This record gives sequence, structure tokens and C-alpha cells, in this order.
Amino acid sequence: MSELTLTVMRLGFLAVLWLFVIVAVQVIRSDLFGTRVTQRGAARRGGSEARAQRQAAPPQQQRRQDGGRGNNRQRRGAPTKLVVSEGSLTGTTVALQGQTISLGRAHDSTIVLDDDYASSRHARIYPDRDGQWIVEDLGSTNGTYLDRTRLTTPTPIPLGAPIRIGKTVIELRK
Amino acid sequence: MSSTTNTTTIGTIGAPSRRNTELAMLVFAVLIPVFAYINVGLAKDGSVPAGVLGYALGVGLLAGVAHLVVRKWAPYADPLMLPIATLLNGLGLVFIWRLDQEPQITTKQLGGAMAPGQLMWSTLGVALFLAVLVFLKDHRVLQRYTYISMVVALALLIAPVFFPPRFGARIWITIPGVGGLQPGEFAKIIIAIFFAGYLMVKRDALALASRRFMGLYLPRGRDLGPILVIWALSLMILVFETDLGTSLLFFGLFVVMLYVATERTSWIVFGLLLSGGGAVAVATFESHVQVRVHNWLNPLELSNGGVTETAQAMYSFGSGGIMGSGLGQGYSRLIGGIAPKSDYILATVGEETGLAGLMGILLLYGLLIERGIRTALAARDPFGKLLAIGLSGAFALQVFVVAGGVTGLIPLTGMTMPFLAQGGSSVIANWALVAILLRISDTARRPAPAPAPSTDAEMTQVVRP
Repeated sequence: MSELTLTVMRLGFLAVLWLFVIVAVQVIRSDLFGTRVTQRGAARRGGSEARAQRQAAPPQQQRRQDGGRGNNRQRRGAPTKLVVSEGSLTGTTVALQGQTISLGRAHDSTIVLDDDYASSRHARIYPDRDGQWIVEDLGSTNGTYLDRTRLTTPTPIPLGAPIRIGKTVIELRK
Repeated sequence: MSSTTNTTTIGTIGAPSRRNTELAMLVFAVLIPVFAYINVGLAKDGSVPAGVLGYALGVGLLAGVAHLVVRKWAPYADPLMLPIATLLNGLGLVFIWRLDQEPQITTKQLGGAMAPGQLMWSTLGVALFLAVLVFLKDHRVLQRYTYISMVVALALLIAPVFFPPRFGARIWITIPGVGGLQPGEFAKIIIAIFFAGYLMVKRDALALASRRFMGLYLPRGRDLGPILVIWALSLMILVFETDLGTSLLFFGLFVVMLYVATERTSWIVFGLLLSGGGAVAVATFESHVQVRVHNWLNPLELSNGGVTETAQAMYSFGSGGIMGSGLGQGYSRLIGGIAPKSDYILATVGEETGLAGLMGILLLYGLLIERGIRTALAARDPFGKLLAIGLSGAFALQVFVVAGGVTGLIPLTGMTMPFLAQGGSSVIANWALVAILLRISDTARRPAPAPAPSTDAEMTQVVRP
């Protein structure tokens, strides 16, 4: 056998061995990044949702299909997820992908609050044209609080600032 | 503007069974040894070896049957363990066959060609693997046999004392007609079952009833009893069976499981002190151990016409370098005897595939152990957790003891590299070990039964990870 063939086979063996190791590590990755985001296209027409859509800066919607990473490309330091940090839904996260997030006791809210102090359509969180996330109180009975102040107008949300609705606290994180 | 809302749900990965991933990896794992086999043939004779088709079909068939059984009886099991075990076993067969091609170490006195025998043992191992998966429906059944397994493990450990020593260590049972059997390999599985069952019951007493002293939690005297018994036992194995590896394995396993069960660092401190003290004490008066330690410290000393095997193994690694000399083109036959096929098989791996190949193999072991520990993390019942930790800990300790011995980190002990080295008991026992781990991981990864369907499930996007 020629020297060249053997050298190629020798390096080839090492290559496939390491390829196996790398593929195995790729399989394991799912354990480290334990959650995945699935797109769910639910047809919704009419009602407050559709109105929210119209205000929620449609151009960004197309660009942000890819798991929230579009935010980083667009603006550095923009939040990529909404985290519930207190209340019965503690630990829940929702990826921010340019969609409007509605909060309330109503069954069709994005985050359904199981909370006696929440109204059925309590508040919503949506991005404005610049990609800045805004929280707006939808005329709730007990109010929505950003830090300690009760909201009266749509207000931009700073990163990490607690938004309190009844017993639930949510915040935006990177 | 689209009329669909772009909402997302977030769920944990793991619901899919990932059997197809396993199948793809398994095909890969069969092809690599076949490639290596052809490579050895080309390097040794300049032609593709005649047995390659039979070998490929044989290993492929074993892997295929194992995969189908896993698909049927453990559909949610970990997708990586079976491919990695198959790859290691296949490569082991290739390396043993490759060493069989050396006439000097394949003489009649040394037992002749060993690859066919190893293939038979591997088949038996896979058969046991399948039997465990089919008949062990739930690993918690093993919990019932806590104390029975203690007795069985002790019997297996003590049995070799009554048989003549082979290769300087009494770790063999000689069965006429069949040959030698190393009961220690099976005992490590059985004793892990005992430790898991025992510690599950006693862990609260061991963890909580303790005094704090100098930053360490000192356990009560009576709770210290079991660890002292195991320690004495492992020392006795060392003294009467002159087997460093097995005693290290059992004591190490016990300390690992104690630590995992109680989360007390003091157990590790105690374990290291006790094993260190015991090892020094035994090494001062046991000649067999002294020889091993002496060879370890003075590898270049001349003995019967050459340097010690430890130094020869190091020469092998050195001759291999980074990229290795190529399969079939090394000189590890010079180590002599059957050592290159069993204890020193890593030297052959290191010479012919180099540092790159050896690290690849060690990483495969690491990945297998990682999957075992991951299984322990994912398991929901404490017994399964402890058993998975115990089994992967035993596997890890064995790899460490052998690899450390061959590379000169610790004195060489008489254990075999799991799956890779020649040795029937080892390959059978390790297939059984992987089967139990797969059973636990199947239980752990099986998705919880679906909640009762709710009428508004479609309309809501509540996220409950």
C-alpha cells in the first residue's frame, strides 16, 4: 500500500472519530439549552388583539422570526424575553419577537393571570416603531405598576424594571 | 398585514424519543470500526482483509437488534449511550484483531488469536444487554434486593480467594471448560444496587445527625460504621487478592455515592484520608503492591532483559506522537505477552492513533459517563438517582484507574478498559451496566402523562414549562 493512502486513512480515521465526538456533543446540546421556542400561528381576527396588531409595528414582525435574535441585530441591549418573577406563574418566560403580549384573566391573553386582583384585559406590552417595548394599562380596576408608579399612559419599559399586576411581577430581560 | 398573531410557546425538549438520532449515530458507530478494520488490513497486508464483510455484518446486526429492542422496550432512553458503547466495543475488537496479526504475541502459550473469542463475548454482552432491557421493566424492582445484592456482591468479591492467582492477582474464578471469569466486574454493578438501596434509606441520618467541627460535619460514630466496614473490606480485598484496582473501585464508589446521597463534603475528606492511609499501610507489607508501586516510581529500571512494561507503554505513547503512526503500523507488540491486548490496550491506541485518537477515545468514555450522570440528574426517584450515579461512578473510576495506570499517573492495577480491552467478564458486565442506565434514563425521560384536556387549550398561550 502506498504511503499516501495510509497517511490519508490515518488522518481520515482521526477525522471520523472526532466527527463522532462532535456530533455526540451536538446531540447533548439540547440538555444544556433545555427549552425551545415553537412558532404557533393562531388565526385571530377582530377584538382587541387585532387592534393591538395594527399598532404593533408590523415591519418588525417579519424580521424577528428567528427566535428573538433579530432584536440583538437591530438594537444592542434590547430585551429578548419577558420573565414572570413573582406570582403563581413564576419562572414562565415568553420570547419577545415583536408580538403584542396581552396580560389578564381572559382566556385568550398571552399570559393568563390567575390572580384575583387582575382584570380580564389588564395590560399589554408591545414594541413601538423603534423597537422600544411599551407597557400600557387597559383600564384595569386595580392598576398596573411600573416600579412604584401607577401607569396612566403607555410607558417605555426599562430593562429589568418590575411591572406589578396584582400579585404577579414581570420584567424584561436580555 | 398578516392576520395571524405571532406568538410563541416554550416547552422543554425531551418529549421526542430521539430514537432516530440514536439510529443515525449507531450507523456512524458501526462504520468507524469497519473503516478502522480496512485500514489495519491495508497497512498490514496491502489488501482489504477477507473478514471485513463478516465483521461489518456481525457488528451491524448486533447494533441493529439492540436498537430495535431499545426502540420497543425503552423508547425514551438516552440516544447516545448505545452508539458510544457500540463504537468503543467495535474499536476494541479492531484493536484486538490488529494485535492478533502480530505473530510474536499470538502464540499458542499466550492463547492464540483473541478477536474471535472477544466477538463471542461481545455477542453475549449484547444478549445480556437485551435481556436486561426486556425483563427489567422498572429499575425500582432492584430496590427490593438491597440486602440480597449485598450478600451476592460480597460472595463474588470473596470467591476469587479460593482460586489460584492468575497474572499476579487473585481476581479470577476458574471454571473448567469455560476459562476464567472476573467476578469483580459483576460485583461492581451489584454493589452499586446495594449502596443505592442502603443510602436511600439512611441518607437523612448520615446527612443530618452530625456535629460541626472545624468547618466539617462529623457524622456520629454509629453512622460511621458502614463506611468503616466497607473500608476494611476493600483493604481485605487488597491484602488477600492483591488487587489494587478492585479495592480502589469499591471504596471510591462508596465515597462517591455517600457524597451524592448526603451532600456532605466531609465524606470526601474522610474517604481520601482513609484510602490514603489504607493504601500506605498495605503498600508497606504487601509485596505484590510494592512491586507495582516500585515499577511506577522507577519505570526505567532494568528487569529481565529490558525496562518495565510501564516504561514500554510510555515508549508507545511517545512513538505515536500527536497524530499516531497509523493503525497497524505501531510496535506495541514489543510490550510482550498478552498485556497489549488487555491491560495495555490504551498503549496501542495511543501509539497508532496518537494523542488525537487517544483523547477522542477518552472523550467518548467521558461522554458515556456524562450521559450516566445526566440520567441521574433527570431521574425522579431517589433510588434511580443514586443507582445511576453509582453505575456511572463505577464506570468512571474504572476508566480512571486503567487509563491512569497505563499513562503512569498511578501505579498500574489489574483492571480492564471497559469495552475496549480483551476480557469476557468486563465486556459482558459493562453491557449490562449500560442496559441498566438506559432503563433508568427511559424512566427519567419518559414524558409525564398528559394533563386532562381543557376546553380553552387552543385559545390560550399560557406557558408552563
